[in-house]
Amino acid sequence: MSTTAPIPELRSQENPPLWRDVRVLKWGGQILAVLAVVAAGFYLFNNVVTNLEATGLPTGFGFLDGKFGSAIPGIDDSADFSVQKAFGAGFVNTFRVILFGIPGCTIIGIIIGICRLSKNLAVRTFGTIYVETFRNIPALVWIFIVHFALAVPSLPQITDEVTPLDAFVVSNRGIGVPWLNPDSTSTFFGIFSLPVVFGLFLLFGLVAAWGVTQWRARVNAQTGDPAHGGRWALGVFVVVAIIGSFVGGNALALDTPFIDGRQVGGGLTIAIPYFSVTVALTLYTASHVAEIVRGAILAIHKGQSEAAYAIALTNFQRYRFIILPQAFRIMIPPLANQYLNITKNSSLAVAFGYIEIASIFSRIVNNAAPAVQGVVILMFLYLVFSLSISLVANYFNRRLALVTR
Amino acid sequence: MSETNIDIEHVVEEEAPPGVGGGIGEVLRKNLFKDVPNGLLTILFAVVFGYLAWKAFGFVFNNQKLNPEGELVDAWRVISEQLEFYMVGTRFSDTGISFGQLWAAIYLLVFTLGLGSAAPTAFTNPDVPKMTRRTQLGIALPPVLAGLVLLSMTDTITPKVLTVGLVAPFLLGQVAARSLPTALHLRKGQIMAVLALLVVVLESNLSPSNIDRFGGLLLTVNIAFISIALCFPIGVIMALMRRSSFPLLRPLAVGYIELIRGVPLITLLFMGQFAIGFFLPPSVQDTTLVRSSVLRAIFMVTIFSGAYVAEIVRGGLQSVPSGQTEAGQAVGLSPVTVTRKIVLPQALRTSIPALVGQFIALLKDTTLVTIIGLFDLLGVSDPILASPQFQNQGYAPEVYAFVAFMFWVMCFSMSRASQRLETKLGVGTR
Repeated sequence: MSTTAPIPELRSQENPPLWRDVRVLKWGGQILAVLAVVAAGFYLFNNVVTNLEATGLPTGFGFLDGKFGSAIPGIDDSADFSVQKAFGAGFVNTFRVILFGIPGCTIIGIIIGICRLSKNLAVRTFGTIYVETFRNIPALVWIFIVHFALAVPSLPQITDEVTPLDAFVVSNRGIGVPWLNPDSTSTFFGIFSLPVVFGLFLLFGLVAAWGVTQWRARVNAQTGDPAHGGRWALGVFVVVAIIGSFVGGNALALDTPFIDGRQVGGGLTIAIPYFSVTVALTLYTASHVAEIVRGAILAIHKGQSEAAYAIALTNFQRYRFIILPQAFRIMIPPLANQYLNITKNSSLAVAFGYIEIASIFSRIVNNAAPAVQGVVILMFLYLVFSLSISLVANYFNRRLALVTR
Repeated sequence: MSETNIDIEHVVEEEAPPGVGGGIGEVLRKNLFKDVPNGLLTILFAVVFGYLAWKAFGFVFNNQKLNPEGELVDAWRVISEQLEFYMVGTRFSDTGISFGQLWAAIYLLVFTLGLGSAAPTAFTNPDVPKMTRRTQLGIALPPVLAGLVLLSMTDTITPKVLTVGLVAPFLLGQVAARSLPTALHLRKGQIMAVLALLVVVLESNLSPSNIDRFGGLLLTVNIAFISIALCFPIGVIMALMRRSSFPLLRPLAVGYIELIRGVPLITLLFMGQFAIGFFLPPSVQDTTLVRSSVLRAIFMVTIFSGAYVAEIVRGGLQSVPSGQTEAGQAVGLSPVTVTRKIVLPQALRTSIPALVGQFIALLKDTTLVTIIGLFDLLGVSDPILASPQFQNQGYAPEVYAFVAFMFWVMCFSMSRASQRLETKLGVGTR
């Protein structure tokens, strides 16, 4: 029989004193830190209010209803705009940069990224030179180079009338391209103006195209027939658009630009600052996208390529059906980051008077608007862009993510 | 792709990989004109794009150009006559810092770089592959090119000699690094930090009003260096806060990081320029520190890059396995010691390449101070182009080509050096 050893007395079950209790220290420290931040916030806010009142500036957001006071090129009656409306116009102009910038930098980036992996020495070298030149020179310097060193000196005077193919106008006052010109004066049974009708048709076309791809996917799943979703969708969209064009007053008729005195008239005029900013940012961001694409392609297991070769796919088919779909999965988060960057970099257009959000801000501040509130609005507008791009990217990321256990 | 020490000759004997072996002609044929589509691609890329690039940027090789009046003029006059302004700005003479002092700072900086680029033989990791010719060339060629360009831009003898002489402190630094005793080698990081601080003291006398008068390349480098040094602690603290188990502190860090990362730098610079005064009590608004637009820009750039550094460090923290923390706790270390002595060193080591990348991005971002009216390397070209002797002469291409070249030299060298660092630290392979 063994004797039970005496049970040692347990250490005191009492709580430690408050100043040594980890929980108290932890929470106390946090609350103190939060209080300090809140106090600092109040102090700064108080300073802002006092300083604004001392200088006679408004403390609220009432200045948004005031007059903007200068014209925005490309928008009629913009001289009468309120500050609020001017910010809206700036928002649209920022949007116009990324509207071409994002698809542009993606396409160029993918091409350059694939170039860098080519077996052909010339193609590979071209890709490397492109990436290393564009990536290592600041975006703003590129914008200056494209605008002041390439576009402005090489574009002909408007009086020189350079009109390639008789369909374009190239001049230092803007580049005119043919564009759809729906008749905006008449209405459709007195309800909508004709361009709106055409727009609605285009929207309907998109929905129909989406629907038809869904239907083809189902057919493919049930019968095994090839889906050809893209072709069907394009076909449906084109048919709907053509019908819409007839209903909407011959909206698909092209309106060619012409030289109207010292301006470019007709068609769609691309202003030179817009052209420079968009081209420079697209090429600059494309170099970053190319590196992402290259990394993603290199991350795809070599066996995938070998399998593609084994079933005799061509190089194009290998990329289109095997490599890129898998690479996209890896690319999405860093790609979304680049889209955010191009959006934020579009603010650099402020350097030479392309009127986007940041330019609107710098103009109103020079017009004695309160800078603090202006900055708040500026940040808010950019956050709207950033958050929407993040949302879309997250959606695709979730959809394309590998479903694992 | 990892580089391994394969004996190339041995491989060739067994089976030549495509493009290796044969004479130059053979190599070119295999790599450029293997078959018809390949040849067409070569022609498209080499000839067509080469021609386009030549049309757009060929002017950089011309020494003379036609001005709008049709006269032949010296194309690079706009750089060579104003070189001082591109380097130190227009108000450098007001700072009371002599060029000799500045050169001393540059020599010390180059010595520090040399010190960082080598290590005693006992401390070179045999597992790390030797630096390839390509990498060496990538790091060294751009500064050499920049030196040659600058040499060609000046006629005075002193800067020429001093520029060529920069090779000496670099080699000296390498020799010093190789012969460093173990005790000092282990503290090389601290030594380099002290030297870097000394460089800043030498070039600015640590006077904010001096920095305010800087311009050109000097201002660009100062903004980038000071901001990265100041934002580093902010970034580390914010990353630790975001990863911490303090439910009240985490939202603060998340709020700061996401807000700053969601807005462009220019909005923050605008804030610094137009709005920051409103946040301060009237009593301090007239001090030099607040009035100097350069310092306000540095402050905002610091806040900006702090958020990005925080995200990089957070990535590093996440890469440290939780077993490390648990082991630390198991031997009875306090949470602070675990973080300071175990987690942070490993996390920072992993983040170094990304931090260098962030520094390059920051250096490029400093160009934005041009927009708020500072005369950095890009901004100084504005008054030069507008000055009577260069106005309306079509000098913009040369000026911006020069500015772009200077940025390219700095960024390209650094990115190559950071790639080397990545191999050396074995990031991603351990």
